[in-house]
Amino acid sequence: MTVVAMPSGRMPGAATAEPILTVDNIVKQFETPDGVLTAVDNVSLSVRPGEFFGVIGPSGCGKSTLFNIIGGLLDGYDGTVRVAGETVDGPHPSIGMIFQEESTFPWRSVIDNVAFPLEIAGLPKSERYDRARHFVSLVGLDGFERRFPAELSGGMRQRVSMARTLAAQPKIMLMDEPFAALDEQTRLLLGDKVLQIQQELKQTTLLITHNITEAVQLSDRIMVMTYRPGKVKRIVEIDLPRPRTSEIVSSEAFGRYVAQIWSDLREEATRGLVEDESRKLRGGAGAPP
Amino acid sequence: MTRPVPFSQRRYFPAVLGLGSFAAFVIAVEFLVYADILNRFIIPPPSDVIGAFPRVIMEEHVLARFTQTALEALAASVLVTIFGVAGGVLLYQFTLLRRATETWVAAIAAAPLVLMYPLYLVIFGRNATTIVMMGFTAGLAPIILKTLEGLSGTRRVLINVGRSFNLTRSQQFWKILFPAALPTIFVGMRLGLIFALINIVGVEYLINFGGLGQLINELAERYDLAGTYAAICFVILVSIIVFALTERLERWLRPAG
Ligand SMILES: Nc1ncnc2c1ncn2[C@@H]1O[C@H](COP(=O)(O)OP(=O)(O)OP(=O)(O)O)[C@@H](O)[C@H]1O
Ligand SMILES: [Mg+2]
Repeated sequence: MTVVAMPSGRMPGAATAEPILTVDNIVKQFETPDGVLTAVDNVSLSVRPGEFFGVIGPSGCGKSTLFNIIGGLLDGYDGTVRVAGETVDGPHPSIGMIFQEESTFPWRSVIDNVAFPLEIAGLPKSERYDRARHFVSLVGLDGFERRFPAELSGGMRQRVSMARTLAAQPKIMLMDEPFAALDEQTRLLLGDKVLQIQQELKQTTLLITHNITEAVQLSDRIMVMTYRPGKVKRIVEIDLPRPRTSEIVSSEAFGRYVAQIWSDLREEATRGLVEDESRKLRGGAGAPP
Repeated sequence: MTRPVPFSQRRYFPAVLGLGSFAAFVIAVEFLVYADILNRFIIPPPSDVIGAFPRVIMEEHVLARFTQTALEALAASVLVTIFGVAGGVLLYQFTLLRRATETWVAAIAAAPLVLMYPLYLVIFGRNATTIVMMGFTAGLAPIILKTLEGLSGTRRVLINVGRSFNLTRSQQFWKILFPAALPTIFVGMRLGLIFALINIVGVEYLINFGGLGQLINELAERYDLAGTYAAICFVILVSIIVFALTERLERWLRPAG
Protein backbone atom coordinates (compact mmCIF):
# COMPACT_ATOMS: atom_id res chain seq x y z
CA MET A 1 0.00 0.00 0.00
CA THR A 2 1.36 3.37 -0.98
CA VAL A 3 0.05 6.54 0.51
CA VAL A 4 0.64 9.49 -1.74
CA ALA A 5 1.03 12.47 0.52
CA MET A 6 0.04 15.62 -1.30
CA PRO A 7 1.13 18.98 0.05
CA SER A 8 -1.46 19.60 2.68
CA GLY A 9 -2.25 22.12 5.37
CA ARG A 10 -5.84 22.57 4.38
CA MET A 11 -7.20 20.75 7.40
CA PRO A 12 -5.22 21.95 10.40
CA GLY A 13 -4.95 19.21 12.98
CA ALA A 14 -6.58 16.71 10.67
CA ALA A 15 -3.81 14.21 11.21
CA THR A 16 -4.31 14.24 14.95
CA ALA A 17 -8.15 14.18 14.97
CA GLU A 18 -9.52 10.91 16.38
CA PRO A 19 -10.78 8.83 13.46
CA ILE A 20 -14.54 8.31 13.63
CA LEU A 21 -14.33 5.08 11.66
CA THR A 22 -11.48 2.60 11.73
CA VAL A 23 -11.27 -0.58 9.70
CA ASP A 24 -8.44 -2.95 10.60
CA ASN A 25 -7.20 -5.84 8.47
CA ILE A 26 -10.55 -6.92 7.13
CA VAL A 27 -10.52 -10.23 5.29
CA LYS A 28 -13.73 -11.68 3.92
CA GLN A 29 -14.00 -14.97 2.08
CA PHE A 30 -17.02 -16.54 0.43
CA GLU A 31 -17.59 -20.24 -0.10
CA THR A 32 -18.51 -20.68 -3.74
CA PRO A 33 -19.07 -23.79 -5.86
CA ASP A 34 -15.59 -23.27 -7.39
CA GLY A 35 -13.86 -22.97 -4.03
CA VAL A 36 -13.09 -20.20 -1.59
CA LEU A 37 -13.22 -16.68 -3.01
CA THR A 38 -11.41 -13.90 -1.19
CA ALA A 39 -13.56 -10.84 -1.78
CA VAL A 40 -11.80 -8.43 0.58
CA ASP A 41 -8.16 -8.99 1.42
CA ASN A 42 -6.60 -7.26 4.40
CA VAL A 43 -8.16 -3.84 3.96
CA SER A 44 -7.42 -1.19 6.58
CA LEU A 45 -8.49 2.40 6.54
CA SER A 46 -9.42 5.13 8.94
CA VAL A 47 -11.72 8.02 8.27
CA ARG A 48 -11.70 11.37 10.07
CA PRO A 49 -14.88 13.02 11.28
CA GLY A 50 -16.48 15.03 8.49
CA GLU A 51 -14.25 13.53 5.85
CA PHE A 52 -15.46 12.59 2.38
CA PHE A 53 -13.81 9.29 1.54
CA GLY A 54 -14.05 7.91 -1.98
CA VAL A 55 -13.66 4.24 -2.86
CA ILE A 56 -12.95 3.25 -6.42
CA GLY A 57 -11.99 -0.07 -7.97
CA PRO A 58 -12.84 -2.47 -10.76
CA SER A 59 -16.16 -4.27 -10.78
CA GLY A 60 -16.23 -7.29 -8.47
CA CYS A 61 -13.26 -6.18 -6.36
CA GLY A 62 -15.20 -6.28 -3.10
CA LYS A 63 -16.33 -2.70 -2.57
CA SER A 64 -19.93 -3.55 -1.72
CA THR A 65 -18.76 -6.42 0.47
CA LEU A 66 -16.53 -4.02 2.40
CA PHE A 67 -19.45 -1.60 2.91
CA ASN A 68 -21.74 -4.39 4.05
CA ILE A 69 -19.14 -5.35 6.64
CA ILE A 70 -18.76 -1.76 7.87
CA GLY A 71 -22.55 -1.43 7.96
CA GLY A 72 -22.79 -4.55 10.12
CA LEU A 73 -24.82 -6.52 7.58
CA LEU A 74 -22.28 -9.28 6.98
CA ASP A 75 -20.45 -11.39 9.49
CA GLY A 76 -17.95 -14.18 9.32
CA TYR A 77 -14.99 -11.95 8.50
CA ASP A 78 -11.59 -11.38 10.07
CA GLY A 79 -10.52 -7.99 11.36
CA THR A 80 -12.35 -5.25 13.22
CA VAL A 81 -14.55 -2.28 12.48
CA ARG A 82 -14.64 0.50 15.07
CA VAL A 83 -16.89 3.53 15.24
CA ALA A 84 -15.50 6.27 17.49
CA GLY A 85 -13.18 3.73 19.04
CA GLU A 86 -15.87 1.20 19.90
CA THR A 87 -15.87 -2.15 18.08
CA VAL A 88 -19.06 -2.71 16.13
CA ASP A 89 -20.87 -5.96 15.75
CA GLY A 90 -24.07 -5.56 13.76
CA PRO A 91 -25.69 -2.41 12.36
CA HIS A 92 -24.53 0.70 14.19
CA PRO A 93 -27.07 3.50 14.81
CA SER A 94 -24.69 6.19 13.56
CA ILE A 95 -24.15 4.48 10.21
CA GLY A 96 -26.60 5.01 7.35
CA MET A 97 -26.40 3.13 4.08
CA ILE A 98 -27.45 3.76 0.51
CA PHE A 99 -27.45 0.52 -1.40
CA GLN A 100 -26.28 -0.23 -4.90
CA GLU A 101 -29.43 -2.16 -5.82
CA GLU A 102 -32.87 -0.67 -6.07
CA SER A 103 -34.03 -0.50 -2.48
CA THR A 104 -37.17 1.62 -2.29
CA PHE A 105 -40.22 0.03 -0.69
CA PRO A 106 -42.67 -0.48 -3.58
CA TRP A 107 -45.67 -0.41 -1.21
CA ARG A 108 -44.86 3.06 0.11
CA SER A 109 -45.25 6.36 -1.68
CA VAL A 110 -42.19 8.57 -2.15
CA ILE A 111 -42.93 10.61 0.96
CA ASP A 112 -43.63 7.51 3.05
CA ASN A 113 -40.41 5.93 1.84
CA VAL A 114 -38.42 8.97 2.89
CA ALA A 115 -40.30 9.27 6.20
CA PHE A 116 -39.58 5.62 7.01
CA PRO A 117 -36.58 6.07 9.33
CA LEU A 118 -38.39 8.94 11.09
CA GLU A 119 -41.40 6.71 11.63
CA ILE A 120 -39.10 4.08 13.14
CA ALA A 121 -37.57 6.75 15.36
CA GLY A 122 -41.08 7.55 16.60
CA LEU A 123 -41.34 11.15 15.40
CA PRO A 124 -44.85 12.62 15.42
CA LYS A 125 -46.57 12.49 12.06
CA SER A 126 -46.52 16.17 11.11
CA GLU A 127 -42.89 16.55 12.05
CA ARG A 128 -41.74 13.53 10.11
CA TYR A 129 -43.60 14.58 6.99
CA ASP A 130 -42.14 18.09 7.22
CA ARG A 131 -38.68 16.66 7.46
CA ALA A 132 -39.31 14.08 4.74
CA ARG A 133 -40.62 16.80 2.40
CA HIS A 134 -37.42 18.74 2.94
CA PHE A 135 -35.30 15.79 1.83
CA VAL A 136 -37.59 14.92 -1.07
CA SER A 137 -37.12 18.42 -2.38
CA LEU A 138 -33.38 18.27 -1.73
CA VAL A 139 -33.01 15.39 -4.19
CA GLY A 140 -35.19 17.24 -6.69
CA LEU A 141 -38.37 15.21 -6.45
CA ASP A 142 -40.84 17.98 -5.58
CA GLY A 143 -44.28 17.13 -6.82
CA PHE A 144 -43.67 13.37 -6.75
CA GLU A 145 -44.41 12.91 -3.01
CA ARG A 146 -47.58 10.89 -3.55
CA ARG A 147 -46.22 8.71 -6.36
CA PHE A 148 -45.21 5.12 -5.87
CA PRO A 149 -41.78 3.75 -6.91
CA ALA A 150 -43.31 1.80 -9.80
CA GLU A 151 -44.27 5.14 -11.35
CA LEU A 152 -40.71 6.52 -11.20
CA SER A 153 -37.62 6.08 -13.33
CA GLY A 154 -34.61 4.14 -12.05
CA GLY A 155 -32.66 7.31 -11.30
CA MET A 156 -35.61 8.82 -9.45
CA ARG A 157 -35.96 5.71 -7.33
CA GLN A 158 -32.27 5.85 -6.48
CA ARG A 159 -32.79 9.45 -5.35
CA VAL A 160 -35.71 8.34 -3.17
CA SER A 161 -33.53 5.82 -1.34
CA MET A 162 -30.87 8.47 -1.02
CA ALA A 163 -33.35 10.92 0.55
CA ARG A 164 -34.54 8.14 2.86
CA THR A 165 -31.05 7.57 4.26
CA LEU A 166 -30.32 11.31 4.42
CA ALA A 167 -33.54 11.87 6.37
CA ALA A 168 -32.20 9.68 9.17
CA GLN A 169 -29.22 12.08 9.39
CA PRO A 170 -26.66 9.43 10.27
CA LYS A 171 -23.23 10.57 11.41
CA ILE A 172 -21.57 8.27 8.89
CA MET A 173 -23.00 7.69 5.43
CA LEU A 174 -22.04 4.72 3.28
CA MET A 175 -23.10 5.35 -0.30
CA ASP A 176 -22.71 2.51 -2.78
CA GLU A 177 -22.84 4.02 -6.28
CA PRO A 178 -25.84 6.23 -5.54
CA PHE A 179 -25.48 8.09 -8.83
CA ALA A 180 -24.94 5.12 -11.11
CA ALA A 181 -28.37 5.29 -12.73
CA LEU A 182 -28.23 9.03 -13.40
CA ASP A 183 -27.23 11.02 -16.45
CA GLU A 184 -24.04 13.08 -16.26
CA GLN A 185 -25.76 16.45 -15.62
CA THR A 186 -28.01 15.18 -12.83
CA ARG A 187 -25.07 13.33 -11.40
CA LEU A 188 -23.00 16.51 -11.17
CA LEU A 189 -25.82 18.58 -9.72
CA LEU A 190 -26.77 15.91 -7.21
CA GLY A 191 -23.09 15.58 -6.33
CA ASP A 192 -23.09 19.29 -5.47
CA LYS A 193 -26.19 18.75 -3.32
CA VAL A 194 -24.62 15.85 -1.47
CA LEU A 195 -21.49 17.88 -0.79
CA GLN A 196 -23.60 20.75 0.45
CA ILE A 197 -25.60 18.52 2.82
CA GLN A 198 -22.47 16.76 3.96
CA GLN A 199 -20.77 20.08 4.79
CA GLU A 200 -23.86 21.42 6.55
CA LEU A 201 -24.43 18.34 8.69
CA LYS A 202 -20.68 17.67 9.03
CA GLN A 203 -21.41 14.10 8.01
CA THR A 204 -18.64 11.63 7.42
CA THR A 205 -19.25 10.11 4.02
CA LEU A 206 -17.86 7.05 2.27
CA LEU A 207 -18.72 6.85 -1.39
CA ILE A 208 -18.23 3.97 -3.81
CA THR A 209 -18.15 5.02 -7.41
CA HIS A 210 -16.88 3.91 -10.80
CA ASN A 211 -16.67 7.47 -11.95
CA ILE A 212 -13.23 9.01 -11.45
CA THR A 213 -14.42 12.57 -12.07
CA GLU A 214 -17.11 12.14 -9.46
CA ALA A 215 -14.65 10.67 -6.97
CA VAL A 216 -12.18 13.53 -7.39
CA GLN A 217 -14.92 16.16 -7.36
CA LEU A 218 -16.32 14.98 -4.04
CA SER A 219 -13.57 13.32 -2.02
CA ASP A 220 -10.94 14.42 0.47
CA ARG A 221 -9.22 11.10 -0.04
CA ILE A 222 -9.74 8.31 -2.54
CA MET A 223 -8.96 4.67 -1.91
CA VAL A 224 -8.15 2.76 -5.08
CA MET A 225 -8.72 -0.97 -4.77
CA THR A 226 -7.07 -3.79 -6.72
CA TYR A 227 -8.88 -6.36 -8.78
CA ARG A 228 -9.63 -9.63 -6.98
CA PRO A 229 -8.71 -10.15 -4.24
CA GLY A 230 -9.70 -6.62 -3.25
CA LYS A 231 -6.75 -4.96 -1.54
CA VAL A 232 -5.89 -1.31 -1.01
CA LYS A 233 -3.76 -0.27 -3.97
CA ARG A 234 -3.33 3.36 -3.03
CA ILE A 235 -4.97 6.07 -0.97
CA VAL A 236 -4.79 9.43 -2.72
CA GLU A 237 -5.19 12.70 -0.86
CA ILE A 238 -7.21 15.18 -2.99
CA ASP A 239 -5.90 18.60 -2.11
CA LEU A 240 -8.39 20.82 -3.87
CA PRO A 241 -9.94 23.86 -2.18
CA ARG A 242 -13.39 23.70 -0.56
CA PRO A 243 -16.19 24.54 -0.95
CA ARG A 244 -16.13 22.75 -4.28
CA THR A 245 -18.77 22.72 -6.93
CA SER A 246 -18.97 20.79 -10.15
CA GLU A 247 -17.13 23.70 -11.84
CA ILE A 248 -13.87 22.49 -10.37
CA VAL A 249 -13.94 19.71 -12.95
CA SER A 250 -12.37 22.00 -15.54
CA SER A 251 -9.34 23.02 -13.43
CA GLU A 252 -5.83 21.81 -14.21
CA ALA A 253 -5.12 20.28 -10.79
CA PHE A 254 -8.32 18.31 -11.13
CA GLY A 255 -7.12 16.87 -14.41
CA ARG A 256 -3.88 15.70 -12.80
CA TYR A 257 -5.71 13.76 -10.10
CA VAL A 258 -8.00 12.16 -12.63
CA ALA A 259 -5.04 11.10 -14.77
CA GLN A 260 -3.21 9.61 -11.80
CA ILE A 261 -6.18 7.59 -10.60
CA TRP A 262 -7.03 6.51 -14.09
CA SER A 263 -3.56 5.05 -14.60
CA ASP A 264 -3.85 3.09 -11.32
CA LEU A 265 -7.26 1.89 -12.23
CA ARG A 266 -6.40 0.98 -15.79
CA GLU A 267 -3.76 -1.44 -14.57
CA GLU A 268 -6.29 -3.17 -12.35
CA ALA A 269 -9.13 -3.16 -14.84
CA THR A 270 -6.85 -4.63 -17.52
CA ARG A 271 -5.67 -7.32 -15.14
CA GLY A 272 -9.31 -8.08 -14.32
CA LEU A 273 -10.26 -8.42 -17.96
CA VAL A 274 -7.30 -10.65 -18.77
CA GLU A 275 -8.01 -12.91 -15.78
CA ASP A 276 -11.67 -13.19 -16.64
CA GLU A 277 -10.89 -14.07 -20.25
CA SER A 278 -8.32 -16.72 -19.34
CA ARG A 279 -10.68 -18.21 -16.76
CA LYS A 280 -13.37 -18.45 -19.42
CA LEU A 281 -10.95 -20.09 -21.83
CA ARG A 282 -9.78 -22.57 -19.20
CA GLY A 283 -13.37 -23.33 -18.24
CA GLY A 284 -14.36 -23.70 -21.90
CA ALA A 285 -11.52 -26.04 -22.95
CA GLY A 286 -12.34 -29.71 -22.56
CA ALA A 287 -15.52 -29.02 -20.64
CA PRO A 288 -18.40 -31.17 -21.90
CA PRO A 289 -21.11 -29.15 -23.64
CA MET B 1 -58.51 20.45 -27.53
CA THR B 2 -58.08 16.85 -26.50
CA ARG B 3 -58.24 14.02 -28.94
CA PRO B 4 -61.07 11.57 -28.32
CA VAL B 5 -59.86 8.42 -26.56
CA PRO B 6 -60.29 5.38 -28.81
CA PHE B 7 -63.11 3.13 -27.64
CA SER B 8 -60.78 0.21 -26.95
CA GLN B 9 -58.76 2.32 -24.47
CA ARG B 10 -61.65 3.55 -22.34
CA ARG B 11 -61.72 2.42 -18.75
CA TYR B 12 -64.95 0.43 -18.96
CA PHE B 13 -63.97 -1.31 -22.20
CA PRO B 14 -62.68 -4.56 -20.61
CA ALA B 15 -65.89 -4.95 -18.59
CA VAL B 16 -68.03 -4.30 -21.65
CA LEU B 17 -65.95 -6.74 -23.66
CA GLY B 18 -66.28 -9.40 -20.96
CA LEU B 19 -70.05 -9.03 -20.63
CA GLY B 20 -70.42 -8.89 -24.41
CA SER B 21 -68.49 -12.13 -24.89
CA PHE B 22 -70.56 -13.78 -22.17
CA ALA B 23 -73.82 -12.65 -23.82
CA ALA B 24 -72.55 -13.89 -27.18
CA PHE B 25 -71.73 -17.26 -25.61
CA VAL B 26 -75.20 -17.54 -24.07
CA ILE B 27 -76.86 -16.67 -27.37
CA ALA B 28 -74.68 -19.21 -29.19
CA VAL B 29 -75.67 -21.95 -26.72
CA GLU B 30 -79.33 -21.01 -27.12
CA PHE B 31 -79.00 -21.29 -30.87
CA LEU B 32 -77.15 -24.62 -30.70
CA VAL B 33 -79.82 -26.10 -28.44
CA TYR B 34 -82.63 -24.98 -30.74
CA ALA B 35 -80.75 -26.32 -33.74
CA ASP B 36 -80.61 -29.68 -31.88
CA ILE B 37 -76.83 -29.70 -32.02
CA LEU B 38 -76.72 -29.68 -28.19
CA ASN B 39 -78.96 -32.08 -26.33
CA ARG B 40 -81.57 -30.07 -24.39
CA PHE B 41 -81.87 -32.83 -21.79
CA ILE B 42 -78.26 -32.29 -20.81
CA ILE B 43 -77.93 -28.57 -21.49
CA PRO B 44 -81.13 -26.62 -21.03
CA PRO B 45 -81.52 -23.55 -23.27
CA PRO B 46 -80.26 -20.44 -21.45
CA SER B 47 -83.66 -18.83 -21.83
CA ASP B 48 -85.12 -21.66 -19.70
CA VAL B 49 -82.44 -21.08 -17.08
CA ILE B 50 -83.34 -17.39 -16.97
CA GLY B 51 -87.01 -18.38 -16.80
CA ALA B 52 -86.26 -20.64 -13.83
CA PHE B 53 -84.94 -17.79 -11.69
CA PRO B 54 -88.32 -16.56 -10.34
CA ARG B 55 -89.29 -20.13 -9.48
CA VAL B 56 -85.99 -20.85 -7.76
CA ILE B 57 -86.18 -17.59 -5.86
CA MET B 58 -89.84 -17.83 -4.77
CA GLU B 59 -90.39 -21.56 -4.29
CA GLU B 60 -86.97 -22.85 -3.33
CA HIS B 61 -86.05 -20.04 -0.90
CA VAL B 62 -82.80 -19.54 -2.73
CA LEU B 63 -81.99 -16.36 -0.80
CA ALA B 64 -81.94 -18.15 2.55
CA ARG B 65 -79.76 -20.87 1.05
CA PHE B 66 -77.54 -18.32 -0.61
CA THR B 67 -77.10 -16.58 2.75
CA GLN B 68 -76.25 -19.85 4.45
CA THR B 69 -73.60 -20.81 1.88
CA ALA B 70 -72.23 -17.27 1.85
CA LEU B 71 -71.90 -17.26 5.65
CA GLU B 72 -70.22 -20.67 5.63
CA ALA B 73 -67.86 -19.42 2.94
CA LEU B 74 -67.14 -16.27 4.94
CA ALA B 75 -66.45 -18.22 8.14
CA ALA B 76 -64.17 -20.63 6.31
CA SER B 77 -62.39 -17.71 4.56
CA VAL B 78 -61.67 -15.92 7.82
CA LEU B 79 -60.43 -19.10 9.49
CA VAL B 80 -58.36 -20.21 6.55
CA THR B 81 -56.75 -16.78 6.18
CA ILE B 82 -55.85 -16.45 9.85
CA PHE B 83 -54.49 -19.96 10.23
CA GLY B 84 -52.96 -20.12 6.76
CA VAL B 85 -51.01 -16.90 7.12
CA ALA B 86 -50.01 -17.75 10.69
CA GLY B 87 -48.88 -21.21 9.52
CA GLY B 88 -46.80 -19.70 6.72
CA VAL B 89 -45.19 -17.26 9.15
CA LEU B 90 -44.34 -20.09 11.55
CA LEU B 91 -42.77 -22.16 8.80
CA TYR B 92 -40.77 -19.08 7.74
CA GLN B 93 -39.54 -18.37 11.26
CA PHE B 94 -38.58 -21.90 12.20
CA THR B 95 -36.34 -23.53 9.65
CA LEU B 96 -36.55 -26.92 11.32
CA LEU B 97 -40.34 -26.88 11.21
CA ARG B 98 -40.22 -25.86 7.57
CA ARG B 99 -37.81 -28.63 6.58
CA ALA B 100 -39.90 -31.13 8.51
CA THR B 101 -43.31 -30.23 7.11
CA GLU B 102 -43.04 -28.36 3.81
CA THR B 103 -43.37 -31.47 1.62
CA TRP B 104 -46.31 -32.64 3.69
CA VAL B 105 -48.11 -29.37 3.27
CA ALA B 106 -47.49 -29.45 -0.47
CA ALA B 107 -48.80 -33.01 -0.64
CA ILE B 108 -51.93 -32.03 1.28
CA ALA B 109 -52.52 -29.18 -1.15
CA ALA B 110 -52.77 -31.74 -3.95
CA ALA B 111 -54.88 -34.33 -2.08
CA PRO B 112 -58.62 -34.77 -2.77
CA LEU B 113 -59.56 -33.59 0.68
CA VAL B 114 -63.26 -33.70 -0.04
CA LEU B 115 -63.03 -37.46 0.60
CA MET B 116 -62.46 -36.68 4.28
CA TYR B 117 -66.09 -35.68 4.77
CA PRO B 118 -67.18 -38.96 6.45
CA LEU B 119 -64.54 -38.42 9.10
CA TYR B 120 -65.70 -34.85 9.70
CA LEU B 121 -69.30 -36.06 9.87
CA VAL B 122 -68.28 -38.36 12.71
CA ILE B 123 -66.33 -35.62 14.48
CA PHE B 124 -68.66 -32.64 14.07
CA GLY B 125 -72.02 -34.19 13.11
CA ARG B 126 -74.23 -33.37 10.15
CA ASN B 127 -74.23 -29.61 10.51
CA ALA B 128 -72.70 -26.36 9.31
CA THR B 129 -69.54 -26.90 11.40
CA THR B 130 -68.61 -29.92 9.29
CA ILE B 131 -69.11 -27.86 6.15
CA VAL B 132 -67.06 -24.91 7.38
CA MET B 133 -64.28 -27.20 8.62
CA MET B 134 -64.18 -28.99 5.26
CA GLY B 135 -63.81 -25.65 3.50
CA PHE B 136 -61.14 -24.66 6.01
CA THR B 137 -59.17 -27.88 5.51
CA ALA B 138 -59.27 -27.57 1.74
CA GLY B 139 -58.11 -23.95 1.63
CA LEU B 140 -55.37 -24.07 4.25
CA ALA B 141 -52.40 -25.57 2.39
CA PRO B 142 -52.20 -23.11 -0.53
CA ILE B 143 -52.30 -20.14 1.83
CA ILE B 144 -49.56 -21.57 4.05
CA LEU B 145 -47.37 -22.32 1.04
CA LYS B 146 -47.87 -18.96 -0.65
CA THR B 147 -47.29 -17.05 2.59
CA LEU B 148 -44.04 -18.95 3.09
CA GLU B 149 -43.05 -18.29 -0.52
CA GLY B 150 -43.82 -14.57 -0.25
CA LEU B 151 -41.85 -14.14 2.97
CA SER B 152 -38.84 -16.12 1.74
CA GLY B 153 -38.89 -14.23 -1.55
CA THR B 154 -38.47 -10.80 0.06
CA ARG B 155 -35.52 -9.12 -1.64
CA ARG B 156 -32.35 -9.30 0.43
CA VAL B 157 -31.66 -5.58 0.02
CA LEU B 158 -35.03 -4.60 1.53
CA ILE B 159 -34.24 -6.69 4.60
CA ASN B 160 -30.84 -5.00 4.72
CA VAL B 161 -32.47 -1.57 4.57
CA GLY B 162 -34.45 -2.54 7.66
CA ARG B 163 -31.39 -3.88 9.41
CA SER B 164 -29.36 -0.76 8.63
CA PHE B 165 -32.13 1.34 10.21
CA ASN B 166 -31.91 -0.87 13.32
CA LEU B 167 -35.45 -2.23 13.13
CA THR B 168 -36.58 -4.58 15.89
CA ARG B 169 -37.63 -8.09 14.90
CA SER B 170 -41.30 -7.21 15.00
CA GLN B 171 -40.79 -3.99 13.04
CA GLN B 172 -38.76 -5.94 10.51
CA PHE B 173 -41.70 -8.29 10.11
CA TRP B 174 -44.58 -5.81 10.03
CA LYS B 175 -42.89 -3.03 8.12
CA ILE B 176 -40.86 -5.00 5.59
CA LEU B 177 -41.42 -8.76 5.32
CA PHE B 178 -45.19 -8.71 5.56
CA PRO B 179 -45.89 -5.91 3.06
CA ALA B 180 -43.29 -7.36 0.69
CA ALA B 181 -45.00 -10.75 0.87
CA LEU B 182 -48.58 -9.46 0.60
CA PRO B 183 -49.08 -9.83 -3.16
CA THR B 184 -47.97 -13.47 -2.99
CA ILE B 185 -50.07 -14.07 0.13
CA PHE B 186 -53.10 -12.81 -1.77
CA VAL B 187 -52.41 -15.19 -4.64
CA GLY B 188 -52.52 -17.96 -2.02
CA MET B 189 -55.71 -16.55 -0.56
CA ARG B 190 -57.46 -16.54 -3.92
CA LEU B 191 -56.46 -20.17 -4.49
CA GLY B 192 -57.35 -21.19 -0.94
CA LEU B 193 -60.73 -19.48 -1.02
CA ILE B 194 -61.61 -21.18 -4.32
CA PHE B 195 -60.72 -24.56 -2.83
CA ALA B 196 -62.74 -23.75 0.27
CA LEU B 197 -65.82 -22.70 -1.69
CA ILE B 198 -65.69 -25.75 -3.97
CA ASN B 199 -65.53 -27.98 -0.93
CA ILE B 200 -68.27 -26.16 0.93
CA VAL B 201 -70.74 -26.51 -1.92
CA GLY B 202 -69.52 -30.03 -2.66
CA VAL B 203 -70.03 -31.21 0.92
CA GLU B 204 -73.45 -29.53 1.12
CA TYR B 205 -74.31 -31.56 -1.95
CA LEU B 206 -72.83 -34.79 -0.60
CA ILE B 207 -74.33 -34.71 2.88
CA ASN B 208 -77.50 -33.05 1.68
CA PHE B 209 -77.30 -30.35 4.30
CA GLY B 210 -77.17 -26.58 4.19
CA GLY B 211 -77.37 -24.05 1.45
CA LEU B 212 -76.91 -23.98 -2.31
CA GLY B 213 -75.22 -27.38 -2.55
CA GLN B 214 -78.25 -29.09 -1.07
CA LEU B 215 -80.57 -27.13 -3.36
CA ILE B 216 -78.55 -28.15 -6.40
CA ASN B 217 -78.76 -31.74 -5.19
CA GLU B 218 -82.56 -31.59 -4.84
CA LEU B 219 -83.13 -29.87 -8.17
CA ALA B 220 -80.89 -32.35 -9.95
CA GLU B 221 -82.73 -35.27 -8.35
CA ARG B 222 -85.97 -33.81 -9.63
CA TYR B 223 -84.32 -33.50 -13.01
CA ASP B 224 -85.04 -29.75 -12.99
CA LEU B 225 -82.05 -28.87 -15.12
CA ALA B 226 -82.94 -25.22 -15.71
CA GLY B 227 -83.39 -24.78 -11.95
CA THR B 228 -80.05 -26.52 -11.26
CA TYR B 229 -78.20 -24.13 -13.53
CA ALA B 230 -80.02 -21.17 -12.01
CA ALA B 231 -78.88 -22.33 -8.55
CA ILE B 232 -75.31 -22.70 -9.83
CA CYS B 233 -75.47 -19.02 -10.85
CA PHE B 234 -75.91 -18.21 -7.16
CA VAL B 235 -72.80 -20.20 -6.28
CA ILE B 236 -70.94 -18.06 -8.80
CA LEU B 237 -72.36 -15.00 -7.10
CA VAL B 238 -70.92 -16.15 -3.76
CA SER B 239 -67.53 -16.57 -5.38
CA ILE B 240 -67.74 -13.10 -6.95
CA ILE B 241 -68.52 -11.58 -3.57
CA VAL B 242 -65.65 -13.40 -1.85
CA PHE B 243 -63.29 -12.19 -4.57
CA ALA B 244 -64.49 -8.61 -4.43
CA LEU B 245 -63.88 -8.65 -0.67
CA THR B 246 -60.32 -9.99 -0.99
CA GLU B 247 -59.57 -7.41 -3.63
CA ARG B 248 -60.82 -4.65 -1.32
CA LEU B 249 -58.71 -6.00 1.49
CA GLU B 250 -55.62 -6.10 -0.69
CA ARG B 251 -56.06 -2.51 -1.91
CA TRP B 252 -56.53 -1.40 1.67
CA LEU B 253 -53.48 -3.26 3.00
CA ARG B 254 -51.21 -2.39 0.10
CA PRO B 255 -52.27 0.63 -1.92
CA ALA B 256 -49.60 0.29 -4.64
CA GLY B 257 -49.32 -3.04 -6.44
N1 LIG C 1 -22.96 -13.62 -0.89
C1 LIG C 1 -21.95 -13.91 -1.70
N2 LIG C 1 -21.62 -15.19 -1.95
C2 LIG C 1 -20.57 -15.50 -2.75
N3 LIG C 1 -19.82 -14.59 -3.39
C3 LIG C 1 -20.11 -13.29 -3.19
C4 LIG C 1 -21.20 -12.87 -2.36
N4 LIG C 1 -21.24 -11.53 -2.36
C5 LIG C 1 -20.25 -11.12 -3.17
N5 LIG C 1 -19.55 -12.17 -3.67
C6 LIG C 1 -18.39 -12.11 -4.55
O1 LIG C 1 -17.45 -11.23 -3.97
C7 LIG C 1 -16.84 -10.44 -4.96
C8 LIG C 1 -16.99 -8.97 -4.62
O2 LIG C 1 -18.34 -8.59 -4.73
P1 LIG C 1 -18.82 -7.12 -4.48
O3 LIG C 1 -20.27 -7.07 -4.66
O4 LIG C 1 -18.29 -6.66 -3.17
O5 LIG C 1 -18.09 -6.34 -5.67
P2 LIG C 1 -18.11 -4.78 -6.02
O6 LIG C 1 -16.73 -4.29 -5.91
O7 LIG C 1 -19.15 -4.09 -5.24
O8 LIG C 1 -18.51 -4.82 -7.57
P3 LIG C 1 -19.39 -3.79 -8.41
O9 LIG C 1 -18.54 -2.60 -8.64
O10 LIG C 1 -19.66 -4.52 -9.68
O11 LIG C 1 -20.61 -3.50 -7.62
C9 LIG C 1 -17.47 -10.80 -6.28
O12 LIG C 1 -16.60 -11.66 -6.97
C10 LIG C 1 -18.72 -11.54 -5.90
O13 LIG C 1 -18.98 -12.56 -6.84
MG1 LIG D 1 -20.92 -3.27 -5.67
